[in-house]
Formats: sequence, structure tokens, C-alpha cells
Amino acid sequence: MWEFLTEFPSLGRRDLADFKNTIDSAFRNFSREYGEALEAFFSPLLKFLVWFEKLLLATPWPLIIAIVGLLAWLGARSWKVTAGTVVAFLVIGFLGMWEDTMATLAIISVATLLCILIGIPIGILMARSDRTQAAITPVLDVMQTIPSFVYLIPVVMLLGIGKVPGLLAVLIYAIPPIVRLTNLGIRLVDKDVLEAADAFGASPRQKLFGVQVPLALPNIFAGVNQTIMMALSMVVIASMIGVKGLGVPVLRAISNQYLALGLMNGLAIVALAIIFDRISQSYGKRLQAHRGQGHG
Amino acid sequence: MADPKIKIENLYKIFGSNPKKHLPKVQQGMTKDELLEKHNHVLGVDDVSLDIMPRQIQVVMGLSGSGKSTLIRHINRLIEPTGGSLSIDGEDVLAMNEDQLRDLRRHKMSMVFQKFALLPHRTVRENVGYGLEVQGVEEGERDRRSAHWIDRVGLSGYEDKFPGQLSGGMQQRVGLARGLATDADILLMDEAFSALDPLIRFDMQSILLELQEELHKTIVFITHDLDEALRLGDNIAILRDGAMVQKGDAQEIVLNPADDYIRDFIKDINRGRVIQLRAITEPLPQGMTANGAPQLAGNTVLEDALAPLSEAPDQTIMVTDSAGQVTGSVSLTRAIQALHT
Ligand SMILES: Nc1ncnc2c1ncn2[C@@H]1O[C@H](COP(=O)(O)OP(=O)(O)OP(=O)(O)O)[C@@H](O)[C@H]1O
Ligand SMILES: [Mg+2]
Repeated sequence: MWEFLTEFPSLGRRDLADFKNTIDSAFRNFSREYGEALEAFFSPLLKFLVWFEKLLLATPWPLIIAIVGLLAWLGARSWKVTAGTVVAFLVIGFLGMWEDTMATLAIISVATLLCILIGIPIGILMARSDRTQAAITPVLDVMQTIPSFVYLIPVVMLLGIGKVPGLLAVLIYAIPPIVRLTNLGIRLVDKDVLEAADAFGASPRQKLFGVQVPLALPNIFAGVNQTIMMALSMVVIASMIGVKGLGVPVLRAISNQYLALGLMNGLAIVALAIIFDRISQSYGKRLQAHRGQGHG
Repeated sequence: MADPKIKIENLYKIFGSNPKKHLPKVQQGMTKDELLEKHNHVLGVDDVSLDIMPRQIQVVMGLSGSGKSTLIRHINRLIEPTGGSLSIDGEDVLAMNEDQLRDLRRHKMSMVFQKFALLPHRTVRENVGYGLEVQGVEEGERDRRSAHWIDRVGLSGYEDKFPGQLSGGMQQRVGLARGLATDADILLMDEAFSALDPLIRFDMQSILLELQEELHKTIVFITHDLDEALRLGDNIAILRDGAMVQKGDAQEIVLNPADDYIRDFIKDINRGRVIQLRAITEPLPQGMTANGAPQLAGNTVLEDALAPLSEAPDQTIMVTDSAGQVTGSVSLTRAIQALHT
């Protein structure tokens, strides 16, 4: 009797092993069956990613710095941010991290682009129906809380090691904020303004693109900002499954206890994060500048 | 008499989870309070019938929660009625499908809102052109027509400002211009001036009256302010708890209030400035002629008539209609009575 209470009545060791084996082999079969098809499906993505990375590396570094500086200026309209960005890139290059930084830049840009392309439409769908929202929200919760290593297992089983599985891992982790904030932004759009659009006979499409999305833009942009940050924070983990970039030296530094190497590359990631954050935040703020409804 | 532009008949609106089920009880006389207490449904509009004539300003008045906004939103079907019928230019609005309804909203009516409801990310010009944009009018034409209305409401020079950069009064001018820009026959105005300071409000009323003099739209104007109602309304309808308590022109309502609710409404107005001679004119006694007696136009308000009345022989004055024909007479005693009851 006492034993029953102290020992949890768990499945026998053997049953448990069988149970796990069944799942594993089922998934293994699935991946054997569809792995290639999936790889084929993702191959355009891989090609694009490789092409973009090569492009970044092939472009002369002064040109890259000029482009990055220009983007910083266009986004933030601040000399401080622009100068900081240029200096950060110069230092990164000077300390020999240029190639890794370009690789990281490539995967972050592609990941962010994909998050936007996939995330915003999902967010819009969520905003249109409470039922869709109820169905998708828990999925997003799981995506954000499940330890990355856990979903790396099936991804690697399916696609092996390489850029595409790394990209998928980044996507899974980084897409929730943009979906959430698109949904939120659209739901927060002033009901009075929507009613006005209705009163003038706007079609659902005209309402979506003429009123809801533009008014949700500051929120959507906050989502883009968070997505970029989260993608950057996945750089090291992604490098564990074969993504090149600043994460690779960090991993090497961990296993060999190279303090300086780890710090330098870690700080480069931080620098990228700060740059992206400042630029996208001040761009978001400018989007909002003349939006306050003002006084009543 | 002309056909009504908008015809509302026995309209009911019940808010709640199962409005249709409770409609019969309301039709048999259940009150708003009972409905809320027993069935947890809110009675928004209760058996309202109203004919709104073309080219007139129909004011709908009532206290907060009396169903004014709900009623006006039935006219463009932003709200679906629970029962009753509604037609515009003889067309059954409730029978329209989505496309027809959108067409109706695009071309036949427009709306001005209490909280302005402008698009904050668009300039004044783009806001005014919004209705045209929704109709599919191309940009050059749109800007040309917006410019005209921006000018008419006195906002020239502000075309490229954003709503957030304008004062409340200016924002509502944008709202008004947006409503006028589609050249719709019907203009729905839900407490359009209520959010404005008294002086600016008066200005806006003047602009509206001035425009109406040349545009002759059918305007449904919601307000809870009696002065505004009296100033603007060709006809006034008064709602309480969703039901119509009285409808008529200002003179009828001020001189013959239907009940205490309305008496309460009108108790503070300056009757001398509202009541016009034509409303208290008595037919001339048999055999008497207007010859020689002083005359005043029927739309003279009592305040302006008192001095001439006291100086007139017999303290009686002949009242003439707009064609100059004598329609009857008013005595000083009658005028004073009208001022006090
Ligand atoms: N969507 C809704 N759901 C439930 N009840 C509603 C809804 N809209 C309005 N009501 C109720 O219907 C009644 C009439 O409301 P309405 O907004 O038409 O009043 P109003 O005369 O416009 O008041 P106000 O002067 O405050 O604007 C109120 O009792 C209100 O609570
Ligand atoms: Mg209202």
C-alpha cells in the first residue's frame, strides 16, 4: 500500500521503451518516405539562401558598409545610429569577423523576410475570426516555449544537418511575435474608423488594405523588430546544426574554452542586435508620428 | 405632398443573444426595463415609424441611451433591425444583398460621426476623397473634387495636414467634407457637433445651414441638444427608451409638448426666440378685414413681435405667409400666453 504511494505507478520499463520505439520508428519511416520530397520542396529556399550569402560575400566590403549605412539612415534618420552602425561594421571587419557576420546577416535577413511573408497573412487570418485565433494561439505558445533543442530533433531527422533545417529552426522560434502583433494590431484598430469605412461602402478588401493593415502597421512593425531579435538569438543554436556564421566560432569557443573568441563573436551578435533594434524601432516610431488622433 | 425620401415603419431593434424570440413580447408592450430584467436583452429601438422628407433636415433627439445612434445606423444598415421595414426612395433596403447595400452606401448616402472617425494615416485631402476612392474614382478626379469641398468647409491650405495636426473643429470640417464629397443625396449625422466647444459648434451649424441652402440634401441629424435641434431641424423627432415620443416641427413641439419628458426638454429654452407668429395665428373673425392693420411675416419670432404688437391698434397684428397673403391675426394677450405656457 505504502509502496503504491511512494512509487508512481508508471508504465513498465519495457512498455515505455516499446512506446517510444513505436513513435521513433513511425517518424523515421515518415522521414524516409518523405524526406526527399521535403528536401526538394525546400531546395529553392536553399538556393536563395546560398545565393544571398554569396552575394554578400562577393560584394566589396566598402559597398556593403555604404549600403548598411544608407539603410540605417533611411530607417532611423539619425546620424548617431548611422555612425554607430558604420563604426560597428568597421570594427567587426577589423577583428576578422567579416565573413561570419555576412553569413549571419544572410540567414537573419532571409529568416526575417520569410517570417514577414508567412507571419503577416497568418496574423491577418487570426484577426478575422475568433475561432482561428483560438486555434493558432496555443500553437504559437508551444513554438515560443518549447526548448529549441527539442524541435531540432525532428527537423534534423527529416532534413539532416544544413542551412535549411537551421533556417526552419530559426523560423519556428522567431515567427510567433510577428503573427501575434499583426493579429493584435488589426484587432486594436479603432472601431469608429472601421465603421466609417463601412458607412462609405468599403468592401472587406478595401477595409483590410486601406484601413486595418495601415493602422496596424506600428504594431506589425514592433512584431518585425521582435522577430529580428529572436532570429539573432537563435544564431548559436542554429550553428549547431550546420548554419555558418557568428555562431560557429562561439560554439568552438565553448568547447575549447577560448574566452576571447567567444566574447568577440558574442559581442558582434549583440552589435548586430542593437543596430537592427535601433533602426527598426525608430522607423516604427516614425510610422506612428502623425497618427495620434490628436485632441478630440 | 412629395413621397418620403426615407420611410421607416414599425422598426424594432433588440440587442442580445436571441432577439427574434423576444420580439413578440416587445410588440405586445413589454418595456425596455422589463426586457432587460427578465430576459437580459436590451431594447434599442421600439416601434419607430418616421417619414423623412427629401431636402429637409430631420433632427432626432433624445437623452443618452434613448436609441438615437441605433436608429440612424439602421438607415444605412450598419445595424440590422429585429423587425419592421425601411425603404429609401421607395426601395426596400432590408431586401438588399451585400453588393446592393454597398452601392447604396457608396452613392446614395454618407455619414458624419461624433468622434470624427477620420483615417489618421491619411492627409486631409485623402480623407475627404475616401468615399470617392471606395467608389473607384481615379486619383486626379478625386483630388479635384476633394479640393472643392475642402474649400467649401474653409480648410484650404490644410490639404496636406494629418488629422492629428488639426483641432477638433477642423477635424469635423474634414468629416463634413468627406460626407459631402460623394454627392450623396442623404447625409447621416450622428451627434456630429456634440464633441465641439459651443462657439465652434455654432460655427459648424452655420456652415451646415449655409451649405444646405444650396445643396438641399436630406439630412438626418442626431443631437441631444435642444438649441441645436431647434436651430437646424425642419422636423424634430424625440425618442425615449427607443420609442418615438413626439414628432413634428419645432413650433408644434414647443407649443404642444406630448408629455412631461418633452416638457422637461423644452423648459429651459427661450420661447420668445423660438416660437413664430405663424404657430399661434388665429383666423380672422367673421367679417373682419386686414385693411389698414399693421402686418408681420409669419416667421417672425415672438421676441421681435412684442414691440409692434403693443403699439398696434387693439394690440393686434395681421400675420402674412411667405407670399404676403394675410393668414390671420395675433393679439398681444395670445402672444404673452404663448410665452408662458
Ligand atoms: N451593440 C449593443 N449591444 C447591446 N446594447 C446596445 C448596443 N448598442 C446600443 N445598445 C443599447 O441600446 C440603447 C440605445 O443606445 P444608443 O447608442 O442608440 O443610444 P444613443 O441615444 O445614441 O445614446 P448617446 O446619446 O449616449 O449616444 C442603449 O441602452 C444601449 O445600451
Ligand atoms: Mg449615440
